[in-house]
Amino acid sequence: MNFARQVALGAIAGLVAIAIMAASPAGAAEIEVKIDNFTYNPMKITVKAGTIVTWTNHDDIPHTVTSKTMLFKSNALDTDDKFSFTFATPGTYEYFCALHPHMTGSIVVDASAGR
Amino acid sequence: MTDHNDGVSRRKVLECMTWAGTGVLWTISGGVPHSLGLVDETMAADAKGLTFLQISDSHMGFDKPANPNAKGTLEEAITRIKAFPVKPSFMIHTGDITHLSKVSEFDDAEKIISQAKLDVHYVPGEHDLIDPEIKIYKERYGRGTKGSGYYSFDANGVHFLGLVNVANLKGGGMGSLGDEQLEWIEDDLKGRSASTPIVVFAHIPLWSLYPAWGWGTEDSERALGYMKRFGSVTVLNGHIHQVMQKVEGNVTFHTARSTAFPQPAPGTAPSAGPMKVPDDKLRTMLGTASVTFKQGEQRLAIIDTPLQS
Repeated sequence: MNFARQVALGAIAGLVAIAIMAASPAGAAEIEVKIDNFTYNPMKITVKAGTIVTWTNHDDIPHTVTSKTMLFKSNALDTDDKFSFTFATPGTYEYFCALHPHMTGSIVVDASAGR
Repeated sequence: MTDHNDGVSRRKVLECMTWAGTGVLWTISGGVPHSLGLVDETMAADAKGLTFLQISDSHMGFDKPANPNAKGTLEEAITRIKAFPVKPSFMIHTGDITHLSKVSEFDDAEKIISQAKLDVHYVPGEHDLIDPEIKIYKERYGRGTKGSGYYSFDANGVHFLGLVNVANLKGGGMGSLGDEQLEWIEDDLKGRSASTPIVVFAHIPLWSLYPAWGWGTEDSERALGYMKRFGSVTVLNGHIHQVMQKVEGNVTFHTARSTAFPQPAPGTAPSAGPMKVPDDKLRTMLGTASVTFKQGEQRLAIIDTPLQS
């Protein structure tokens, strides 16, 4: 790959990044998932692409939000700690608590659905 | 408690009686458990062979309403261990030393537990492996261990396996030992005489105690399969913060109390987790266990002792 081409690709990537940044502050939907009694609530939720999902741990025991594919992975969330992730790409994202793996949840990102 | 020429204060006697009068002694003969009722101090002092202690789930750093002073109750437990009528050979800690795997929490645990002046054999709980790089537990306690911290050792003719079932857990599952550790267990037991008493300790119960709350280990059957030919197998766990016991063939399963906070009995609450009880009840639900083997007999005694009866 020659230098000119690298610069060109870099410029395109930069433009795309600016476009995403410009789009999100105004349009980004935000969704809350509560962690209560060792359960993600809601356990399954459908959102539109670009939604920021924020998990808050309300238990007196730490939990994590860990994607099955490791796409996203929170640290251990102590009581009232939060973790956010922006779901840009349509698909189904399953996650679990790495400390209590019987706790599972999923986020479905739909290109057209949502609000 | 034997004679003391210098006399024994009334308070001291009462303390010892608390120790002696609150445990239930179980003996196992031919796989059948017999409760011998409350242990008195004579029986405890008579124990020959190997006696070791189990402490569990000290959760240093926990400060929620279920017990705002988990450090204080660990200190109480260690004070009682120091007053034990028979000096134990060593201690095992079945995990959740800390609440959040912080250096300061590991430091506090070490400071308090070392006052017992006993060797301590640790295995991690899931709370001990949550620092971002998952390295503090291994650095402190993992010397000479394999994988995420499993190992074996021998004491008085008893073979001990310290296992890790809280690492690399998979979504939708429970506790897990993993293939590598299972192969090691098979290898470790190979060639040992079937008359060798086996003690296995790990954090999460190695039996399906209550899968709805994740209280079990998904591949424990395979591990127990390697132990089938042994005449005496004792499995000691923590994690559930309450005493549960089950006997299956030659295998005795037992879980110990926490020193930090109680958890509900299976199915009696919407979920597991710290359970707030009245202040004057808390210490009756926290405690430690002692385990005694008598040489030449395939029987063991497990005495669970709460901090307060």
